[in-house]
Amino acid sequence: MASVAPAISGPHQYLQAQTRWSRVEIAFWLATLLPFVVAPNYLVLASQVAITALFALSLDLILGYAGIVSLGHAAFFGFGAYTAGIISKYGWGEPLSGLLISGIAAGLLGYLMSFVIARFRHLALIMITLGFGFLLLEAANSASWLTGGADGLQGVRMWPLLGIFKFDLWGVTSYWYSLIVLFLLFLVSRRLIHSPFGLSLRGIRENIVRMRAIGAESRAHLQKVYTISAAMAGIAGAVLTQTTETVSLGVLDFQRSADLLVMLILGGAGRLYGGIVGAILYMVARDQFSGINPQYWYFPIGVLLIAVVLFLPNGILGGLAKITASERLQKWMRTLPPWLRGAS
Amino acid sequence: MIVSMFGVLFDGLAYGMLLFLLSVGLSVTLGMMNFVNLAHCTFGMIGGYVTVTLMNSMGWPFLATLPAAFLVAAAASVVFERTMFRRLYRSTDLDQCLLTIGLVFVSVASAAWLYGTIQQPVNLPSYLRGSYNVMGVTIGVYRLFLIGMSIVITVALVGALEYTRFGAQVRAAVDNQRMARGLGINVDGAFAVTFALGSGLAGLGGALAIDIVGLDPSFALAYLVYVLIVVSVGGLGSIAGSLVAAIVLGISDMAGKYYFPEIGSFLIYLVMLSLLMWRPVGLFGKR
Amino acid sequence: MTTPVLSTRGLQKSFGSLVVASDIAIALPQGVRYALIGPNGAGKTTLINLMTGMLRADAGQILLGDDDITALGPEARVRRGLVRTFQINSLFPDLNALEAVTLAICEREGVSRTWWRPLSAYSGAVDEAYGILKSLMLAEVCYRHTRELAYGQQRLLEIAIALATRPKVLLLDEPAAGVPREESAELFAAVTNLSRDITVLFIEHDMDFVFRFASRIIVMVGGRILLEGTPEQISADPRVREVYLGGAHHG
Repeated sequence: MASVAPAISGPHQYLQAQTRWSRVEIAFWLATLLPFVVAPNYLVLASQVAITALFALSLDLILGYAGIVSLGHAAFFGFGAYTAGIISKYGWGEPLSGLLISGIAAGLLGYLMSFVIARFRHLALIMITLGFGFLLLEAANSASWLTGGADGLQGVRMWPLLGIFKFDLWGVTSYWYSLIVLFLLFLVSRRLIHSPFGLSLRGIRENIVRMRAIGAESRAHLQKVYTISAAMAGIAGAVLTQTTETVSLGVLDFQRSADLLVMLILGGAGRLYGGIVGAILYMVARDQFSGINPQYWYFPIGVLLIAVVLFLPNGILGGLAKITASERLQKWMRTLPPWLRGAS
Repeated sequence: MIVSMFGVLFDGLAYGMLLFLLSVGLSVTLGMMNFVNLAHCTFGMIGGYVTVTLMNSMGWPFLATLPAAFLVAAAASVVFERTMFRRLYRSTDLDQCLLTIGLVFVSVASAAWLYGTIQQPVNLPSYLRGSYNVMGVTIGVYRLFLIGMSIVITVALVGALEYTRFGAQVRAAVDNQRMARGLGINVDGAFAVTFALGSGLAGLGGALAIDIVGLDPSFALAYLVYVLIVVSVGGLGSIAGSLVAAIVLGISDMAGKYYFPEIGSFLIYLVMLSLLMWRPVGLFGKR
Repeated sequence: MTTPVLSTRGLQKSFGSLVVASDIAIALPQGVRYALIGPNGAGKTTLINLMTGMLRADAGQILLGDDDITALGPEARVRRGLVRTFQINSLFPDLNALEAVTLAICEREGVSRTWWRPLSAYSGAVDEAYGILKSLMLAEVCYRHTRELAYGQQRLLEIAIALATRPKVLLLDEPAAGVPREESAELFAAVTNLSRDITVLFIEHDMDFVFRFASRIIVMVGGRILLEGTPEQISADPRVREVYLGGAHHG
């Protein structure tokens, strides 16, 4: 056993190392607190970023890990957003229970859709997710008595969080609320990814035919992850409603699904931090260039998408991982003092 | 009521024919290569802008711009196919989707930059304007022209596919790509030609569409959904399927917007989803 | 003799007018190493597809022990112990070897449904996976991504994944396809040394290996079973010589 890499002494240690928190990760989550200190004027943007990151994380579970293409994930985001808005409008403005109800509602919708999703692949699947997104958008548009239609849902009033913290104009409450929700659901996703279930999802992504040949319950797995992902997307939508106290048809737009896909792909699909990093970069860039015509904005985005597909198949994080795994960098890293190297 | 119904049927038929021109190329190329080209309507948009530019800036007559729209769209598609698409024929559908959505984004932004976001005007020649009144039903001359033209193109397409050597090769490749390769058919070559032809037709469709649905930079994205519905409901690689699906979609979209303006589009998506769940390969699809 | 582990009765399959399986009746006793041979297009892989449920038979029955499994889907057959490998590597390119084998064990044990406990908590599954990999000389490369493994190692991983499902019957479709001869011998030695609880049927074209490693041989020609017997009987049979040397049935 001399040829085994010295860092790994056995399969158990190897697997435990996979789930260990690295220093980069801890530093990342500490850094998410920086906006409170460094950029108190940008807390509204920061909470939007956190919400979008959660949404991207939910898509990563089904697209990045299980490999199911979805062009209509905004359906669940929007469903959660409207659920949260409507229950508040009709008199129940308590945020946490509203969040829970919205998540359950979106999860139920996802569970129903999962029966369809698990049966199809390729073009039919693309069409069904796309069509489902448009269907929900049109439904919300038509049912203006309930949703406010194109004018948006008015009259959403949230009660203070835990009865104490009001949602203020500066976004202080909003940011730590969305950050905590993001972090908790990130923990859930992290757990899921490193579980036997997460391994099976990757198996489905890698080779669904072979999964049949080992007797795997692929369809049940797909339904389960789709439901979880839909619930997470719904919660992200609900947080958006609760922190902005309004819902517009835009939450269900195809553009939202497409943007999400862009973020996830840029960041790196199939990596826990891919969607989060993608969301941060995308949203901050979007904010910086908010002055330009939105139609022009899609030029660099389109170029980036093409470039990523052709030259950087695993996104930014995938590219970084490749660089850090390179021999020369490893050699150079070993010359650094241990506290600088980080774990993993 | 009856009269308005005939009017809706006629307008829907014309609209459906337009959708057919826009989508038939995608149907055949998807059937051959399984390449999910979400940028297909970009070629339609290119055709539209070619016509607008030639007419408004260079004073070409409308009819003369149509072949140009076809040729420029076809030429552009060859460039994209050679430089980008062909590298992804064996990739996942996700990669294909992403690359072609990227292309749509770039084309939408470029069109907005070059032409602005306004609707482009098109001045039809006088002999294509106006309408007849047949027993109370308004028959627009331009729509009649559109239907006639589509019928000619459809007949030519079916003829080419059924009775020429090249058509036989394309059909073989759609039927079973591996077998066709085994028989020594140059599938890649046949695909490249078909791809150019299909994109050219989309370009022509885009040019013809200006007077009916207008032209602005969002065209490439807005009509993508309709084209995908036609292709997936009609069945990959089936011209007859695309034709039927396009006409049904055109008429039901018109009827929906006329009779149920509140829920018209909702019904379209509902019908499409139900159809796909019932027959995932489309009405006329084999696989 | 006791009930065969796997048997088929009157198995039929055609694609249009092309008959690919005609009246196939075989019975595999426990622990035997079978070779399935025959010219290209004889229907060997089709037979494996039929037995594992990847293809539906037009007529006939498939029995695992005493149970009729004809109506079951491929996943259900695997769970009952009828497992196959593929002629062309069908693996999980982005998983490492340890993960791939552990995956199969977790699916077998039904723990793949749990998503709140980490994989490392299932130390039994991990140990078993490591053990299987070790027995197939893959322990040293088990943290490498599958696609980075040498081709011969990938062929072994095919078998390792199949073993992880705890098969009663293992159907190997050209397990050594594309592997250099010296390595092929090692691979076949590993296969024949598997536990005698497992019945093995393998497709192989190299007659040296067939006669060295099979205890019984089935010869297929044109979708039919030509004959079945010990290596001695097969090598002495004039019809087999005709099939392989006469070329009458090639194609």
